[in-house]
Amino acid sequence: MRQNFLKSALLAFAATAAFSGAAAAAGTIKVGVAAALTGGAAQYGAAIRNGFELAASEINAGGGINGNKIELVVADEQSKKEEVINVFKRLIFQDKVIMIFGPTLSNSAQASNPVAQAAKTVVFGTSNTADGITAIGDYVFRNSVTEADVLPETIRVAVKNSGIKKVAVFYGNDDVFTKSGYDNFKKALEDLKMPVTTTETFAKGDVDFKAQLTKIKASGADAVVLSALIAEGAPIMVQARQIGLNVPFIGGNGMNSVKIFDLAKGASDNLYVGSPWSASNATPENTKFIKAYTAKYGNAPDQFAAQAYDALHIAAQALKNVKMTGDIGAERAALRNALPDVKWTGATGAFQFRRAHDKAGKPAGFDAQQTPIVSVTKGSVFVIIK
Amino acid sequence: MLDQQLVNALSLGCVYALFALGFTLIFGVLGVINLAHGAVFMTGAYAAMTVMARFELPLWAGLLFAFAFCGLLGLLIDFLVLRPLRARNAPHLIPMIATIGVAIVLNSAAQGLFGAENQRFPEGAISNDTLQWAGVRITVLELGIILFSFVLMAVLMLALKRTQLGRALRAMAESPKAAYLLGINVEGLFYLTSFAAAALGGVAGVLIGLYSNAMSPLMGQPMLHKGIAVVILGGMGDIRGAMFGGLFLGFAEVLSINYLGSTMRDAVTFGLLFLVLLVRPKGLFGTLQERKV
Repeated sequence: MRQNFLKSALLAFAATAAFSGAAAAAGTIKVGVAAALTGGAAQYGAAIRNGFELAASEINAGGGINGNKIELVVADEQSKKEEVINVFKRLIFQDKVIMIFGPTLSNSAQASNPVAQAAKTVVFGTSNTADGITAIGDYVFRNSVTEADVLPETIRVAVKNSGIKKVAVFYGNDDVFTKSGYDNFKKALEDLKMPVTTTETFAKGDVDFKAQLTKIKASGADAVVLSALIAEGAPIMVQARQIGLNVPFIGGNGMNSVKIFDLAKGASDNLYVGSPWSASNATPENTKFIKAYTAKYGNAPDQFAAQAYDALHIAAQALKNVKMTGDIGAERAALRNALPDVKWTGATGAFQFRRAHDKAGKPAGFDAQQTPIVSVTKGSVFVIIK
Repeated sequence: MLDQQLVNALSLGCVYALFALGFTLIFGVLGVINLAHGAVFMTGAYAAMTVMARFELPLWAGLLFAFAFCGLLGLLIDFLVLRPLRARNAPHLIPMIATIGVAIVLNSAAQGLFGAENQRFPEGAISNDTLQWAGVRITVLELGIILFSFVLMAVLMLALKRTQLGRALRAMAESPKAAYLLGINVEGLFYLTSFAAAALGGVAGVLIGLYSNAMSPLMGQPMLHKGIAVVILGGMGDIRGAMFGGLFLGFAEVLSINYLGSTMRDAVTFGLLFLVLLVRPKGLFGTLQERKV
């Protein structure tokens, strides 16, 4: 009896193992997504996962890629550098995905992307905007437009639109993202020869910004250049209006979220942001994306969801030209060679890749080539400035 | 500009004091550095926000709910975590470490229930009006926080100094064993203190949550760090100390921003803190007695 039971259990196990193996081979392409679903960047990670899942369901509903369905393998990298390396190793060597999207933070990408490069697996960032990510190697791609491209354009348009003569700068100095935004702003302001009245800082988790804002008000600036995440950026705008500082704000990437209308209700007007994506950009592709996203998840998408959504569509174009032989190494190499030529018009507009170079000037990975859209908040919408 | 900055400093100082009052109370009586106080603070903000949004209640009802909810949460923490450790005579470090665990549980629960996104109180929870007087602006909420923290300090001090209950609490702070021998219901008063401190933490969460109105499950953590600095500065367990420590921190931060620049804020503030502790290791109002053999 006992032996029989053991036998049948083993048989059942072998059968399911064989079945699942077969299922993976017959008509699915495994694509890895390393997203921060928990930890400090969890709110971005959730939007990113939604964007990928929406795109995958669209592609699969439309017949997949040459008849093969896309299977997303979503892994939580916990917003941690250490964890993201484990996740990458698991996706590459255990799940044998054809490529990896992610990770969410630039910090993590610095740690994890060399792993993918060494394993000759494409890694495709949708939210890494820091400098140097694509310098890691020729398997590193991203469709996230860097702040170095977006911020000068944002300032240029805001200055023209609001007649700004001198600005104050305000940024979070204990966060890599907001600090790097500040560095890019600073460079852009120097290039434009724009006088800066005062430069002030805050720290993550601060609840009161009135001391800095009072100082900015006294400095007589025509606008505040703000590199902050929404958690601090929203109360900063509210408190600025409370002390009577009614000048325009020019925000970095972190401020580009519809959350501002909720969190800074009544004080959210006159914020300029630039980004590859805008909720008010009424192209057919973007309208379709916003409608589908809202129907599926019950809330409005943000830039992170839009970029993830576009990224999978971009990869899908390249995957169409990859021959699925079952030899994962060859498939990965073929995808790497097909990807740079993709041109795609999606929720974020017309897109193509631009070759990036490493510190020594040698060609490395691929950055995004896109024109940013600059908009200003009015009421509860972003109004695009042409 | 300076008059506005002084008002800014006063309101920021009272924000810190409001948080520190509950934090120092629990240390003063139980002798526990409660590192879950920041998480209780966050729980209060989220609890009030939830009932106010769900049942369209006004702010005072939200405050009452946060008071009761966090008070019961404090009781539960005391019953499940601190009491067993007291019963085993665990050394001081153990309950402190246990409260870190409590904080992680509460933070994760909030993140699971509400998500990591920033949340706000329903619109109209508090008047957005700004009062203006001779060019100085202050919001209704700031005035409320300033008044409430001073009143709370006065009430707590009077209760501890003048009432029978306060005498019992002070006797316990001196020595729980001696207090027990005198017929004081030591366990009951421990529970009462845990209830009161957590309830105050919850109320502070609501008011300070309204202040920035961009709450997140980890909002208590930075406040806890400031709170620890405040009670160390004021003297561990001292009510006046928490108030003046909070004001000290508020004024130090705002004035260093004003005169030296905001990048110097934390360096100046904590440098001053260090200097004060060099001169007075027990804090401004500290009365910790040295143990004699």
